[in-house]
Amino acid sequence: MSSPNGADHIVLEVDRLSLRFGSTQIFKDLSFRLSRGASLAVVGPNGAGKTLLFRALIGAIAVEGTFHWAPGVRIGYVPQKLDIARDVPITGADFLRANVKAGGITDSAVADALNAVGLSMQAASQPIGSLSGGQFQRLLVAFALSGAPNVLLLDEPTAGVDEPGQEQLNELVHRLQEDRGLTLLLISHDLSVVYRYATSVLCLSRHMTCVGAPKTVLTPDRLNEIYGAPVAFHVHDH
Amino acid sequence: MTIEALLLSAVMAMAAGLIGCFAVMRRMALAADALSHVALPGIGVALALHVHPVFGAAAMLFFGGLLVWAIEDRSHLATETIIGVIFSAALAIGSMITSGDDLLEALFGGTTGAPSPTEIVFGLLAAAAVTLFVLRRKHALVVTLVSPDIARTIGIDVRRLDLLYLEMFALTVALGLRYLGVLLMGSLIIIPAATAKRLSRNLNQMLWTAATIAMAVTLLGSTLAMWLHQPTGPIIVTIAAVGFFLSFLRAEQYSV
Repeated sequence: MSSPNGADHIVLEVDRLSLRFGSTQIFKDLSFRLSRGASLAVVGPNGAGKTLLFRALIGAIAVEGTFHWAPGVRIGYVPQKLDIARDVPITGADFLRANVKAGGITDSAVADALNAVGLSMQAASQPIGSLSGGQFQRLLVAFALSGAPNVLLLDEPTAGVDEPGQEQLNELVHRLQEDRGLTLLLISHDLSVVYRYATSVLCLSRHMTCVGAPKTVLTPDRLNEIYGAPVAFHVHDH
Repeated sequence: MTIEALLLSAVMAMAAGLIGCFAVMRRMALAADALSHVALPGIGVALALHVHPVFGAAAMLFFGGLLVWAIEDRSHLATETIIGVIFSAALAIGSMITSGDDLLEALFGGTTGAPSPTEIVFGLLAAAAVTLFVLRRKHALVVTLVSPDIARTIGIDVRRLDLLYLEMFALTVALGLRYLGVLLMGSLIIIPAATAKRLSRNLNQMLWTAATIAMAVTLLGSTLAMWLHQPTGPIIVTIAAVGFFLSFLRAEQYSV
């Protein structure tokens, strides 16, 4: 995954990262480099530590080993489906404005972010608990975008979203990445999406890790090894 | 009741309403209530040492805030249980070292007399600190409420914010002990905010509704208590609770 153009283009460098909870080793000696504009998909079975890897990379949990983000990196993070209390009187706009104040971002950046994710101001002025799964995920993406990020970490952004909504969100992320030259780290269980959009794939499971191009990692044998069971997925050739 | 006492109770109530909004949204109503109990042994020790009780209470509450913060960080422990046990024990020990009328007043509040200059200065400073904290940090508190991980990515020090919040909460309890006592002060923080949560559609509405309700019930309760020659705390909390139940007459505002 290292850039052919040299170290200047490396956005993230991970060296021998290990995580253990008590006697359980979640992942061990994970090393990879990510170049600017790349799109890395993280795949693997439940419990392999994909979300924990993301949480380690944003500094939320302590890990062994080292990782370095390049100077000037601004991370936009969309966490896995959040369990929000449905009755809090916090609107989408309250939430977006909170980024404006906390991170020093302008109101127009918020409007742009809402526009980019196709969420109306009317939907954003409703309490977040009353938004649909798809609207809430869009709001989270809008929040991440309002900070003008150059790296996006998306943890199953389409979980809980209906099928047309999933398609729209995937297209949106892909379009944003192309338009803005973002570097993308994406956790996804949808291997056809990974195959279509990712420039490289990181596979995580309790007993192995591997990194490579989708065509070399997403083979039936390798997937069988990662998931411990045969995995079928449909490749969209377009 | 003097003008100073009325003014002090009003600013105390405003701080309680504001800080309570986030306690209710963070679902820490029970922990918050238990935290206020820790003030009792502080009052007992202060009285024994002939120090103003508010300082003994504030010192113990500061320690209590630190304790809740340290326990919350170890999420594998049953936080609510430990908080319940520790703070009930504090209440028990406090009851043993405080006695007679002092104990009754410490538990339920009741002073309607003129506050001392020390109390006025402490009260105004503490209320200003809590109000400013909520208004200045409400955005960071909202993001942390939705997702502490997102908060970290935009540069919020979540651990520090949590500690600050708990200490501001503890300060609010110390501020209101004079009127409501250690058993009831938690209720003035929680009930107006819970009522405001039912009546509001957005954050600012909730903050100002909670502050207004808290001030209204405190002023009404204090006046009634003076008129009936009763301790202030029980009357204020009863009025607040009636307001909460009345709010059920109106459909919740978040449902669309």
